[in-house]
Amino acid sequence: MNELKLPSIDYAALAPSLIMLGAALLGVLVEAFVPRRLRHLVQLSLALLAVLGALTMVVLNADDRLITIGGAIAVDGPTLFLQGAILVLAAMALLLIGERSVERGGAFVAQAAFPAESADDRRQAEGVNGATEVYPLTTFAIGGMLIFVAANDLLTMFIALEVFSLPLYLLCALARRRRLLSQEAALKYFMLGAYASAFFLFGVALVYGFTAGIPNGSAGVDFATVNAAVAESTASPLLLFAGMALLSIGLLFKAAAAPFHVWTPDVYQGAPTPITGFMAACTKVAAFGALLRVFHVAFDGARWDFTPVLGAVAVLTMLVGAVLAVTQTDIKRLLAYSSIANAGYLLVGVLAPSRDGLSGTMFYLVAYGFSVLAAFAVVTLVRDADGEATHLSRWAGLGKRSPFYAGVFTFILLAFAGIPLTSGFTSKFAVFGPALDGGQAWLVIAGVLTSMVLAFPYLRVVVMMWLSEPGESTPTVTVPGGLTSAALMIGVIATLVLGVAPAPLLDLATGAAEFVR
Amino acid sequence: MVEILANAPAEPAGAVTYAAADGLLGSVWLLVAIPLVSAAVLLLLGRRADRWGHWLGVAAIGAAFVLGLTYFFQLRGLENKSVELSLWDFITVGDLRVDFGLLFDPLAAVFVLLITGVGFLIHLYAVEYMAHDAGRRRFFGYFNLFVAAMLLLVLGNNYVMLYFGWEGVGLASYLLISFWYERPSAATAGKKAFLMNRVGDAGLAIGIFIMFATLGTTQYDEVFTGVGSLTATTVLVLGLLLLLGATGKSGQFPLQAWLPDAMEGPTPVSALIHAATMVTAGVYLIARSNPIFSANSTLQLVVVSVGALTLLIGCVIGAAKDDIKRVLAWSTVSQIGYMFLGVGLGGAAYALAIVHLLAHGFFKANMFLGAGSVMHGMNDQVDIRRFGGLSRYMKITWLTFMMGWLAIIGMFPFSGFFSKEPIIVAAFEREDWTAWLFGMAALLGAGLTAFYMTRLFVLTFHGPKRWTEDIEHPHESPKLMTIPLILLAAGSVGAGFLLATSVPDWLEATAGLGGQEEGHHAVLSHTVITVLSLLVTVLGAGLAWFLFRAGTATEPQPAGVLVTAARRNLYTDAFNEAVFEKPGIFLTRALVYLDNRGVDGLVNGLAAAVGGGSGRLRRLQTGFVRSYATSILTGALLVLAAFLAVEAGWLA
Repeated sequence: MNELKLPSIDYAALAPSLIMLGAALLGVLVEAFVPRRLRHLVQLSLALLAVLGALTMVVLNADDRLITIGGAIAVDGPTLFLQGAILVLAAMALLLIGERSVERGGAFVAQAAFPAESADDRRQAEGVNGATEVYPLTTFAIGGMLIFVAANDLLTMFIALEVFSLPLYLLCALARRRRLLSQEAALKYFMLGAYASAFFLFGVALVYGFTAGIPNGSAGVDFATVNAAVAESTASPLLLFAGMALLSIGLLFKAAAAPFHVWTPDVYQGAPTPITGFMAACTKVAAFGALLRVFHVAFDGARWDFTPVLGAVAVLTMLVGAVLAVTQTDIKRLLAYSSIANAGYLLVGVLAPSRDGLSGTMFYLVAYGFSVLAAFAVVTLVRDADGEATHLSRWAGLGKRSPFYAGVFTFILLAFAGIPLTSGFTSKFAVFGPALDGGQAWLVIAGVLTSMVLAFPYLRVVVMMWLSEPGESTPTVTVPGGLTSAALMIGVIATLVLGVAPAPLLDLATGAAEFVR
Repeated sequence: MVEILANAPAEPAGAVTYAAADGLLGSVWLLVAIPLVSAAVLLLLGRRADRWGHWLGVAAIGAAFVLGLTYFFQLRGLENKSVELSLWDFITVGDLRVDFGLLFDPLAAVFVLLITGVGFLIHLYAVEYMAHDAGRRRFFGYFNLFVAAMLLLVLGNNYVMLYFGWEGVGLASYLLISFWYERPSAATAGKKAFLMNRVGDAGLAIGIFIMFATLGTTQYDEVFTGVGSLTATTVLVLGLLLLLGATGKSGQFPLQAWLPDAMEGPTPVSALIHAATMVTAGVYLIARSNPIFSANSTLQLVVVSVGALTLLIGCVIGAAKDDIKRVLAWSTVSQIGYMFLGVGLGGAAYALAIVHLLAHGFFKANMFLGAGSVMHGMNDQVDIRRFGGLSRYMKITWLTFMMGWLAIIGMFPFSGFFSKEPIIVAAFEREDWTAWLFGMAALLGAGLTAFYMTRLFVLTFHGPKRWTEDIEHPHESPKLMTIPLILLAAGSVGAGFLLATSVPDWLEATAGLGGQEEGHHAVLSHTVITVLSLLVTVLGAGLAWFLFRAGTATEPQPAGVLVTAARRNLYTDAFNEAVFEKPGIFLTRALVYLDNRGVDGLVNGLAAAVGGGSGRLRRLQTGFVRSYATSILTGALLVLAAFLAVEAGWLA
């Protein structure tokens, strides 16, 4: 009988994900054993501490370039950079999630099980403290994302995908107000997510079949094997291309690329705003981290085959996002379409065949994450007695009511529009430049044209805020508590700093822009 | 800079070198900084500075004057009297390197003294003159900005710095001319000044571009050293463009029309524009660029022609005007014409032009402030037909104005005589028949100047009273206004002799200025010209005295062709209107039409298409999961098909 050989495990390299998952388990115990009135504080501190600890480990591991746990996890430059990005953005999102002074009891429902619109539900909307289960859920999601960007084989990647997706489905359903919308969003997200996962899994199977054709080799779904198979497999390339197509569909769904974006506006609108921000920033980083790894490591040899297809998807995504944003009337849906268009710009970076393209994409992810979290932070503040006032008509004249927050939001919108001196400009430059150098001028042209279209909805909001007279229904901006203020300020300052002095982060991204194989 | 100079193996002939500023002169930037900071304080503090703001403005210019005087004496003791101070790299793009640097040399020094000295007196005067104006603080803010910009203009060590100051002067003049912006005429005058200046500015800017394109630099020393290597045509074009810039700022033909309209601003503004800043900028530009202008004789001829033509235009129109400030304005046009004549003659005449500029700064400021004092006492009346007999009521204004009058007509021994007469002599010193042409023009101008200035003086202060009914007792102005008048009058009397004997030697140290070549022999002897010029002056003045000692009609009288033409600015405005304005308006209309129909049509069509497309696409977002799943499935099939198509080689 063969002796079972255990793979070596580098626990230090895995520490960031382990810390997050451990903290999530601890959070479940806290729910069970800590008295109710202390739970919020304990859970929030635990989650933030875990993020801080994981971030510390990422920094300590900064020079690691290794593959561990039997080839399942790769800890390299992009992994560490993206894990760091996810953790920093998740910390900001946690600040938003933990805010309880903007709305009494926080943005989350206390008892999700009450039927929507029932008397119980209305009573709990009035200020019963929100469920603290959101913290372990969020922590699980963060842990899953950390593994997702580090996954070095397709099965690990799939499991990580599910680990971070399932908590997100739940979190979407936990909005304090507009319960029906929230539950509907969660259900849609769940069903479509499961649908997309199926595509992904089917793709894994086909790719596995393809790797079986390596002469004198063993089949497998780790990226090194896939990479080798692309070069020398004797199996039918049909398997490879069909597998690649289905895999990319699963990932593009998470990245919200057209035509797999359809869930985005509904889910972004229905989910509690802090969770929307969390998804817009962190899920995007995770999804693109995985896309980068799959296409730069596993399918690198098929670059000339997938580039035109993904390029077409990128153009379609930019077009759909930009054109549909024009007629939106809800600020959260508007930001959702903006996030779709941004997925298109990010794809341009993914398709740029160079180290600069990789580092530009990673820079873009960080810059966009800061801005979008700040944007959703402002959205949580503009509210009336019925909760957030997300209809755009309600934002008219906001500049006269509260010039400071309107000014901040204007700045963020200008950043989205890519105006110089904001991170929006430098990050677009960082992805378009390498794409142009890599001969993908058509993508850049599409990107610039759609950016122009996209500037219109942004500027329309700016015009509404500043040039319209405040009406009867213009809500006031709630003075934010410390947590939201902190998140908002971090986001705005990062947007400004990355626009004025992007060099340090760009250098960091460039230094990290090399995968281990 | 110092290093480059120290390592330079051998200087080519005609090279221009500047020493580095050290010691006290290292702080020469304060000259610009003090008024600038004061302007910023006045404009930013708003109403909080209303009570003391004007004194801050006066103090800033006073401090700049004292500093300027200190630097001036410092400079006297130096071997190389051209010191430059590099502050920081202003622009560094590709090959273009522009230094944010200052140059303090004898030419800049005399301009600094004029700007801050006369400027200080005008500031002092304005404290009282603007005492009843609600916007006095704002006024002093702009005033300080004006002085700061002008100082930057004369202190820069390269053409870009000069242009920087140049535009600052344009901005400040716009703000000040239309200071009473609620009056449509003032607002229009401000715009007119700004627009006409833009024409000149564009010329200057293109000139600077040419410098960079051909010489690769805009630093004075490098440009002047390199100008010898340029072709004659390049120098001609470059010079003409610089000249265009100069004519714009200095109100010379063909860009003179804005200057008289600029009288819409408060009177101290007119004094500042006409005496100490702005209009002298053009003369400065040409004097500073003398190595360029001296390098091409055609260029010099053009400058001389512009000067001679403008001086006659100014005299003729000035003789027909009835508005006290406009007469003075046209006299400025004419006097600057003399200066252009001087700088165009080249050689030693450069220094003469600068002497005239300095002397003119005194007597013109004197007369403008005098005119302001008259208006102050006469309910802001400006029509000289409505004055008369004021000598009895405004003794100080009368006497000081008399000094200015005698100075400007060039009567011995007032300052104008010492500064203008040498220019007339120099005009007669040209080589060929043009000596007669320009000499006679200058001489004729002297006679005409005497005529119209005497007309102005007599109609204002002597003869019968022709006041409007609302004036009972014209009063003399307060001390704060008369003291500057007295000081300036003293300058009008004495400055000419002092300047004419000392400045040419002093300026000799400036690159290219001063007597580096012997003048030709004049076609007439010096004595004859002196006698002639005094003679025409006395004749002109006498004629005016004879005609106007008994006053004049208070309404416009029918007149001959020449006078009618002169009243209408020799039809130059009509010419501008017909040749530039009308086609300009037509072009604008055509472009607006094209923009509305063509460009906007395209843009609006596109926008409508995007909006419509967006509206239609939105309907796909039904909210039903089943339709979303269908759309994902369709997408999946398309992606799959695309990959398979790639695999089959259809997309290769």
